[in-house]
Amino acid sequence: MLKNESLRTIFVAFIICLVCSVLVSFVAVALKPEQQANKLLDRNKNILMAAGLYEDNMSADDVNNAFSKFEAKVVDLASGKFLTDDELKALNIDVDSYDQYAAAKDPAMSESLKGNDPAGIGRLPKYAKVYLMKEGGQVKLAVLPINGYGLWSMLFGFVALESDLNTIAGLGFYAHAETPGLGGEVDNPKWKSQWPGKLVYAGGKTISVAKGKATQPNQIDGLSGATLTTKGVDNLVSFWLGDKGFKPFLTNFKAGEA
Amino acid sequence: MSQDKVKDVIVEPIFGQNPIALQVLGICSALAVTTSLNTALVMCVALTVVTAFSNFFISLIRNFIPSSIRIIAQMTVIASLVIIVDQILQAYAYDVSKSLSVFVGLIITNCIVMGRAEAYAMSNPPVRSFFDGIGNGLGYSAVLIFVAIIRELFGSGTLFGIPVLTTVENGGWYQANGLLLLPPSSFFIIGGFIWLLRSFKKEQQEAPEFKMAPQSKHLEAH
Repeated sequence: MLKNESLRTIFVAFIICLVCSVLVSFVAVALKPEQQANKLLDRNKNILMAAGLYEDNMSADDVNNAFSKFEAKVVDLASGKFLTDDELKALNIDVDSYDQYAAAKDPAMSESLKGNDPAGIGRLPKYAKVYLMKEGGQVKLAVLPINGYGLWSMLFGFVALESDLNTIAGLGFYAHAETPGLGGEVDNPKWKSQWPGKLVYAGGKTISVAKGKATQPNQIDGLSGATLTTKGVDNLVSFWLGDKGFKPFLTNFKAGEA
Repeated sequence: MSQDKVKDVIVEPIFGQNPIALQVLGICSALAVTTSLNTALVMCVALTVVTAFSNFFISLIRNFIPSSIRIIAQMTVIASLVIIVDQILQAYAYDVSKSLSVFVGLIITNCIVMGRAEAYAMSNPPVRSFFDGIGNGLGYSAVLIFVAIIRELFGSGTLFGIPVLTTVENGGWYQANGLLLLPPSSFFIIGGFIWLLRSFKKEQQEAPEFKMAPQSKHLEAH
């Protein structure tokens, strides 16, 4: 009798698990294309937002259309040059699907920043993906990915540069978990509106975020009540636009040698 | 099942047997997702759907579940439903699903779902259990929306993201109350809600478990 009882228990458990797993896998597989389209749309939207090209009531098609003017390129951060097609092939990188944040976890594709890691990102990918908008063969906008640690969380964003590769066209974070109302004000349009027009490199100084009011021409006001988020943004911006980040690339690119 | 029974099963958990206010279940997510009305609403819908369907399915198979594995069997059903809801949100409401992040997944551990499955669905027929799930979901929603309105309005001066009180940061007059955007503020608001509810519904007041001693002894002056 007892044996029957335990057999029955195992049988019922098995049936429940089977039915549930079939349902879950069915839903997951059926909705996958939608979800991937959403992720892509979200990324495109973020790039457009950083570039200042996004308008509030853009539909999915509008976003994708506007984004189709951009071209993705993979940059070798150390040498500051675009990877050629041959190099891409050798490294087995597909430009469209390359994810530098995933690459940062791969020892072969990244380097440890231990001891010299102002942005708090742990590992730096060797290759970064940038987005260029060209018009008549001329680069009009370059959108660069940036990330770094604020108070609670990693902030992920983009900074867009105008054709001189020195004037900021816009900056925006698309993922963070800073305190709403304090550090979360990095999303505040009014705060973000300080960035466009500022110079990245001016008078020997890289752009920075002040604690409180800005005192230099290429400085941004800090967020009040969010000292640590402000410091995080300051660190990550100066890191990504510094020697370890995109500075070699920007220098080369300006000289037409990237 | 008579008509008014369905009504009772749905309405009773909203104020009479509110899962948050009376049973104090499901507080964790009430703290986490109430900074804006938008996310709170989606969370309410998600939780109501999950509770209703988990109650329905668990009640459907209640006579087959051996009692030795009933909790884990309930968990399996609940977890599957939560994953399905999460997948649907990711496909059709991506922005909201991003702001809810882990909390949709955490519906699995929401005591209300589990509590109703164990307390109601295991001993009642499917359809009535389904409505019990809806009712408890609505009870949870009532509190969440109440908390979210207060937190969003006074914490960031907006409702549904539309500015109502223009904050100082945006050139207005309203100095937003930052505390309301932090999780602890919900304790005060939920506490206030429970107080309010129990002042109207006196039968919910509990008898004190102990009597407070006077704060100080009267001493003769010397």
